[in-house]
Amino acid sequence: MPGYVIRRIIFGAAVLLGTSIITFTIAFVIPADPAVAMAGAKADPQTLATIRHQLGLDQPIYVQYGRYVGRALHGDLGRSYIRRESVTRLILSRFPATAILALCAMVLSLALGLAMGMVAAAWRDRAVDSGLLIVSLVLVSIPVFWLGTMLLIAGGLYLRSFPLGGFSGSTSLVLPTATLGLGAAGYYSRILHANLVEALEQDYVRTARGKGLSFGRALTRHAMANAMLPLVTLAGLDLAGLLSGVVLTETVFNWPGIGRLAYEAVFNLDIPLIMGTVLFSAFLVVAANLVVDLLYAWLDPRIRLEQMQ
Amino acid sequence: MTRRFNMMEMVGSAMVLSLFAVAILAPHLAPFDPTRAVASTFGDPGAPSSAFILGTDELGRDVLSRIIWGARISLTVGVAAMAITMSIGVTIGLASGFFSGVTDFVLMRFTDVMLTLPALLLAMAFVAVLHPSLLNVLLVIGLVSWTQIARVVRAETLSMVQRDFVMAARALGGSPPRLIARHVLPNVMPIIVVMAVLGTSSTLLLDAGLSFLSLGVPPPTPSWGRMIEEALIYFRTAPWLIAFPGLAIFYAVLGFNLLGYGYLRARAGRAAG
Repeated sequence: MPGYVIRRIIFGAAVLLGTSIITFTIAFVIPADPAVAMAGAKADPQTLATIRHQLGLDQPIYVQYGRYVGRALHGDLGRSYIRRESVTRLILSRFPATAILALCAMVLSLALGLAMGMVAAAWRDRAVDSGLLIVSLVLVSIPVFWLGTMLLIAGGLYLRSFPLGGFSGSTSLVLPTATLGLGAAGYYSRILHANLVEALEQDYVRTARGKGLSFGRALTRHAMANAMLPLVTLAGLDLAGLLSGVVLTETVFNWPGIGRLAYEAVFNLDIPLIMGTVLFSAFLVVAANLVVDLLYAWLDPRIRLEQMQ
Repeated sequence: MTRRFNMMEMVGSAMVLSLFAVAILAPHLAPFDPTRAVASTFGDPGAPSSAFILGTDELGRDVLSRIIWGARISLTVGVAAMAITMSIGVTIGLASGFFSGVTDFVLMRFTDVMLTLPALLLAMAFVAVLHPSLLNVLLVIGLVSWTQIARVVRAETLSMVQRDFVMAARALGGSPPRLIARHVLPNVMPIIVVMAVLGTSSTLLLDAGLSFLSLGVPPPTPSWGRMIEEALIYFRTAPWLIAFPGLAIFYAVLGFNLLGYGYLRARAGRAAG
């Protein structure tokens, strides 16, 4: 087990290193000149040269990359060109708004998705099953930004029950949560349904039924236990994705989260901020991957043994 | 393997066919010129009326005609981006599964890295750097969406390579390109087709999302996502400008999804959800 843990950690670190290389390459090909962005278009060449020197932009690319990674390892992602603030601090200051939205959306999508998937699998090949399948396909087919805008128009403008965007208390959470959660619910319900149908045909379910267990109990206790596992992986990774900001939903609702920050960064070609948000997201996904893998190995001896070979 | 058609598949294919029909027949179907001011309400969006069923936009252009013409650009982007996505994903998946060893290791670790990066954010950054033109948008969507396809194709290829008929062909001295083209690819094709159909629904959504962030195909091309983005400032007074193009995107995405999942369900019988 310790060997496995160490291998997973090394693997995660290697993936992060890869993402940092790709991110850095993008930043390097951006045609905007950071010195001009900071000093303004009318700055004289002398000032520009000084800024370039201060930022280390006159160094070879591998030196710049090395410095960037070295600082990033200490939690320093550089300073935003436009906002003139520490990127790390900017991201952390936006994190609470993003996190609360991510958690609410995750709870909604899992609750709804699990319920739909279980009901569909329990009444397999009946009208309920087909109906729920179509509902789940409808949910995943709605463009999220459009759903958000329509909910905003309906709930904020006509019903006047919800604020027209922004983050102010619990009522402001309702519409963005629904926007984010509904599509994911359709996705989870389909996956759970497929897993459950497969699990229900396994011998252990047949045995449980043969011993006189009701179908409901065999489904909720025995089949669910196995069908849930792959869903845990997905939900873990999705949560990491959500925590790193959801650009479209946050843009629609003017939500003060990381997604909106990233959107502004892209628009301003604010290179350190773009790199910071991308790397932050990659870091969360790698961390979630690691946690899920280790949880799995801990929960399921079969995986542990397989990985050891 | 016998296939029985099911309702989902039929409804899905009817929806997809209707989309292509509308795109091809746009000049004959659209009641007005999509780029001209045809309503007298220039400067103000016009509500749906008997003359303009879906209303008119702030420049007095007919929304229905714009949506009909928009099918051309939205479908073109969706299908072409899917084609680029597929060619990258299938190439990497086939190479990785067939050659295994170092090739597989390098390609799959690269895939892991790409999977870790946030797709939409990456696409935004790329488009912002490259400037949004039709070709750039297509390339960027392809560049950020191929990972899942590569993984699935690799898994299928791995299982094919171990089958007797591939082993036999290899023993007879077939070169790798010939083995892949004649024996592996045809057998991986069904899953590729399904992934292409389902992939079109995700490229349509990604393109619409980019357009919404004003990073899509530049105006005056009336893509559905762009129409929504342009209409956002009128959301208080003219919500129909947002509602109808969104319904068009939804219809297209749902059509491809129904077709893809219906096909899977019919093929795998009860097993596929």
